[in-house]
Amino acid sequence: MIEIKNLYKCFNELEVLRDINCRIASREVVVVIGPSGSGKSTFLRCINMLEKPSSGDVSINGVSLTDPKTNINEMRQEVGMVFQQFNLFPHKTVMENITLAPVRVRSLGNKQAEEVGMELLEKVGLSDKAYAYPQKLSGGQQQRAAIARALAMRPEIMLFDECTSALDPEMVGDVLTVMKDLAREGMTMVVVTHEMGFAREVGDRVIFMDEGMIVGEGTPEQIFNNPSHERTQAFLSKIL
Amino acid sequence: MEVAIKSIPVLMQGAGITLFITIVSICFGLILGLSAGLARLSKNRILSFFATCYIDFFRGTPLLVQLVLIYFGIPDILRDIQEGLVAAFGIDPFFNNIPTLAAVLIALSLNSGAYIGEIFRAGVQSIEKGQIEAARSLGMTYRQAMRHVILPQAFKRMIPPLGNEFITLLKDTALVSVIGFGELFHRGDLIVSRTFEAFAVYMEVALIYLIMTLTFSRFVDYLERRLKYGD
Repeated sequence: MIEIKNLYKCFNELEVLRDINCRIASREVVVVIGPSGSGKSTFLRCINMLEKPSSGDVSINGVSLTDPKTNINEMRQEVGMVFQQFNLFPHKTVMENITLAPVRVRSLGNKQAEEVGMELLEKVGLSDKAYAYPQKLSGGQQQRAAIARALAMRPEIMLFDECTSALDPEMVGDVLTVMKDLAREGMTMVVVTHEMGFAREVGDRVIFMDEGMIVGEGTPEQIFNNPSHERTQAFLSKIL
Repeated sequence: MEVAIKSIPVLMQGAGITLFITIVSICFGLILGLSAGLARLSKNRILSFFATCYIDFFRGTPLLVQLVLIYFGIPDILRDIQEGLVAAFGIDPFFNNIPTLAAVLIALSLNSGAYIGEIFRAGVQSIEKGQIEAARSLGMTYRQAMRHVILPQAFKRMIPPLGNEFITLLKDTALVSVIGFGELFHRGDLIVSRTFEAFAVYMEVALIYLIMTLTFSRFVDYLERRLKYGD
């Protein structure tokens, strides 16, 4: 379970997150929506400490990540992340991308790691690309490889940071399908996205952010069908 | 012309020495440069400060000055200190001069190390931030991420500027003739002062440098093509 308390984040003068409070239960799929610059990505990046909170606390399974005694590297092993720009390692094959962290961080044997890798590549529909280099893959394939890479650490939680925004429209579906499968298997997911269809269909809860604050929160029906907050209404009327 | 032909063996030997001091200095320079580059990138302020001082000094002053400073200046100070020690403790003097070869290698290594330090830093910083973020998000430590993700990519990008640095250093070795070290240019110079065949001999020296630099730059081109997977 993720618990976020009084989270603030400033970049110099700019206050990007203001007093965020949020609990995400195990096996829950939370979709974060909102206009660009509203702090969605920063919020997500605070959950695995890619951004250090300016104040407040993030804890996972009761362990505070802002506590200097907490081993962040160990915590991150339980939190997979998928990026907008994929960020695959270009000098490694798809399989090497997937096995690197399990071998180096989890001390898994090469053979074992490759078995896990193959299993995951089958799951994301890329078993024929295992030994290709990332630049030989389409955007959608790269993103699915990146999801497999994150899953190879067997994380409890997966964070998705606008992971379909850099894709051609016909590639988006493949990636969303993989994400839907994950949600169905009970993965705890926090998804920052502009895909409202996905939010409606897969989300257990939708969070609407604006100007660094959570201004609306509820089930997809509540948010999409009768948004209570007027900023949410205005945003949704523009994009739906 | 006769002089030019006769001097070929002597000059070729000199070219060998030039190549030798270049290669040895580049090797030390790589070690120094990697350390200085890493130190500059480090979050440790003191480490990064000293690395910046080193790099600034050796990039910001002429190699010629660095050379005479190391060959004439440092021994001068050391002799002064020794004099004091001899007077105070009555020990025997043990130091007189730095051997020429040592001074040459120290100066060239320190100088190329400073440039390589900057090449290294630029190489690491040219890798997109997303790469280290992806590595760290998988639970890798900073060291693991550097070693397995950042450095292999950075090294590939460093090959062309490192090749340039090698060629620059090879040409700059001609400067060590001022302290009387017998590399290629110094030998040519001596032949000219004996025979007065300035054009033929200097041209010959220039051509030998050219052959070395062109050969090496072709080799770097080849390396670059070989490694051209990934980005």
